[in-house]
Amino acid sequence: MFSRSVASSLLRQAARPAARPAVRAPLAAFRMPVAPLTPFQMRLLSDATRGAIDKAVASAPVVLFMKGTPETPQCGFSRAVIQILGIQGVSPDKFAAFNVLEDPELREGIKEYSDWPTIPQLYLNKEFVGGCDILVSMHQNGDLAKLFEENKVLVEAEEGEKKEQQ
Amino acid sequence: MASITEASLREAITQRLGAIHVEVTDMSGGCGQAFTSLIVSPQFQDLKSLKRHRLVNTALKEEIAAIHAWTAKCQTPAEWDKERDTAAPSLDGTVGGHVEGTNQ
Repeated sequence: MFSRSVASSLLRQAARPAARPAVRAPLAAFRMPVAPLTPFQMRLLSDATRGAIDKAVASAPVVLFMKGTPETPQCGFSRAVIQILGIQGVSPDKFAAFNVLEDPELREGIKEYSDWPTIPQLYLNKEFVGGCDILVSMHQNGDLAKLFEENKVLVEAEEGEKKEQQ
Repeated sequence: MASITEASLREAITQRLGAIHVEVTDMSGGCGQAFTSLIVSPQFQDLKSLKRHRLVNTALKEEIAAIHAWTAKCQTPAEWDKERDTAAPSLDGTVGGHVEGTNQ
């Protein structure tokens, strides 16, 4: 099926950006070799971290910050979002995923950066779309399909499938 | 902060968001670290989904920071009226109503 093949290719492809050293290196470089931060300190997002997250957010049209990888999500909410992106048919070429469990600074920093307390978090063309709740409801009411289509981030449907959708 | 329970969250939501109906369900499977909710408040009127969630996140900032998982369904009284029979806290992303990975 179309959606399944896209989902699996999305999963395969998506693991690559997450492992790409060029994007990941800046984040790791800013990791501070100190004791765990206090909650107060964690709220202060350094310019360096902000810059690294800016780059991550801009690394692809569709960027997901998640727990685990697209192939092996470590949390049900992250898994739900990966499934939705697969069903929607987001193009693997236009997608990048970042595993917050591999980088404590990213994990805390992204919450401050987005002013959003939970993970996963989805960005589309550098704009915050939402977390799992929002994506599930947008997926169900059709808003997400519209948004992805407008932003041209979907795998182009073949002729037959286009007709089916109309 | 005192430990967070279904009751403490329900009270906070009712007070801080002017909610007329609140359902909170512990989906942690026992550890009290994961909650899902249905919040019905007139304050959501004319707000898009993202803004509704931001309003809730702000009102419950400390509580959400202290738990592992948080899910909210935000409805206006009119929206809730329409699906009152079926409306319930979302269990999307959970396995049989329990969230995985609470040890992460």
